[in-house]
Amino acid sequence: MITHLLSMEDLDAEQIGHILDTAEGFRDIALRPVKKVPTLRGRTVCNLFYEDSTRTRTSFELAAKRLSADTLNFSAKGSSVSKGESLKDTAQTLEAMGVDAIVIRHEQSGAAQTLTRFVQARVLNAGDGWHQHPTQALLDLFTVREHVGRLAGLNVAVVGDVLHSRVARSVVQGFATMGANVTVCGPPTLVPASAPSWGCEVTYDLDGLLARTDVLYLLRVQRERMTEQFFPSSREYARIWGVGRDRLARLPDEAVVLHPGPMNRGVEVTAEVADAPNALITAQVTNGIAVRMSCLYLMLGGEQAAPAEPVTQATTAEEVAAR
Amino acid sequence: MSAAEPTEVLGAEAISRSIRRIAHEISERNEGARDLVLAGIPTRGAPLADRLAQAIGDIEGQAPPAGSLDVTLYRDDYATAGPRPLGPTDLVDSVDGKVVVLVDDVLFTGRTVRAALDAVMDLGRPRAVQLAVIVDRGHRELPVRADYVGKNLPTSRDTAVQVELTEVDGVDRVVIAPDPADPASRDAGGTS
Repeated sequence: MITHLLSMEDLDAEQIGHILDTAEGFRDIALRPVKKVPTLRGRTVCNLFYEDSTRTRTSFELAAKRLSADTLNFSAKGSSVSKGESLKDTAQTLEAMGVDAIVIRHEQSGAAQTLTRFVQARVLNAGDGWHQHPTQALLDLFTVREHVGRLAGLNVAVVGDVLHSRVARSVVQGFATMGANVTVCGPPTLVPASAPSWGCEVTYDLDGLLARTDVLYLLRVQRERMTEQFFPSSREYARIWGVGRDRLARLPDEAVVLHPGPMNRGVEVTAEVADAPNALITAQVTNGIAVRMSCLYLMLGGEQAAPAEPVTQATTAEEVAAR
Repeated sequence: MSAAEPTEVLGAEAISRSIRRIAHEISERNEGARDLVLAGIPTRGAPLADRLAQAIGDIEGQAPPAGSLDVTLYRDDYATAGPRPLGPTDLVDSVDGKVVVLVDDVLFTGRTVRAALDAVMDLGRPRAVQLAVIVDRGHRELPVRADYVGKNLPTSRDTAVQVELTEVDGVDRVVIAPDPADPASRDAGGTS
């Protein structure tokens, strides 16, 4: 079904639905006495991380381990990368060791796409620069569908530092593909001019937006990516764009709040909101494992000899039957 | 596409008699319904497990718990055939110390049962595991045998045997359709 998982742009509603449905089957494995199935025995999954990460790397690692794959964790720090080895050489070295899938996080947009040209292994994008973070969007869709019961027709507000956020791009495209109405909101300096092309509305009126929001998606202020001054101070940002008790109260009763983490408590979100009963932030983390298991399961099956062919098992069976 | 119409080998009455007989055999062998758990293998094993539980309830006065046990993640053909859609697993709490009766429609190669044994063991440590099937069509590839069989149906390897159930297919019957050298339809006939 999917050869490489690079961008939410590549997935249609049916494929996303299939990934989420499959993830349902994996969610309950975490509740069993043996939190492991033998499906990916003999496969090797490499986490190739050029950027720091806690939840994404550990989540992918647990997902692979619960499917009984062997995992290899590789971070740029303390590796040959600090000796100047290129992405291509590193990837080909890993491939020569028999890696079946590479989960890559890189500070350059398009790194995951580039990697697919060098290796036969399946590539999963775990965040590339400002570009995409598809598994984050998938776990967010899963979490909202689980708690609200549907995705189509929901009003989704994506609020904050949209410019530096790969999560924002993936989340907006993901919700839009599933038929939700997405609005992006943030300081004008932090909303890119290209935002409308992702399939969403743009507004700078946060308080006006809240009353008609079913899903409030708060983005992290990405200080580490800011090369210039985008807003005067954290305090001012918190006052104008941060969500605290007052803004939470303006949301409809059944609205839910998401945040991809790590949170800057007191900047884009107050502790009160982060710990509110309608905040799904810990559920997002829990569901991340099931969704990543689903992606690995759907991508690593079948003969690995010809990964260039995006042929699904269903099509193969149909072809056989048609003969 | 095969020209021959599928032949019905068991009708609704025969299936329901088989289920009643198997229910009697299960309760006789286990001296009642205590500690029994019926685990149906999706898709068609699950409704069969429900029917068997009800039939045992008619005999013993109390129906044992029944649920479905998906074995997709334990199959041995993931590396060759690729991912299949997952089915539900909703087995009651724990199988520790219980007698688990695996229920499936067709017993064929034995590979599904092998996968089911692994799946059960990951849920706990049952006191015993038994196997009930509606049709045993032979051609085992693994040392597996059923404890309770509705009907032995000797067939050639390439014949498609299909158990159809009201809950899934809208009708209760077992049909065979000779379909030479079509691996896809053999698979659909239950690689059980």
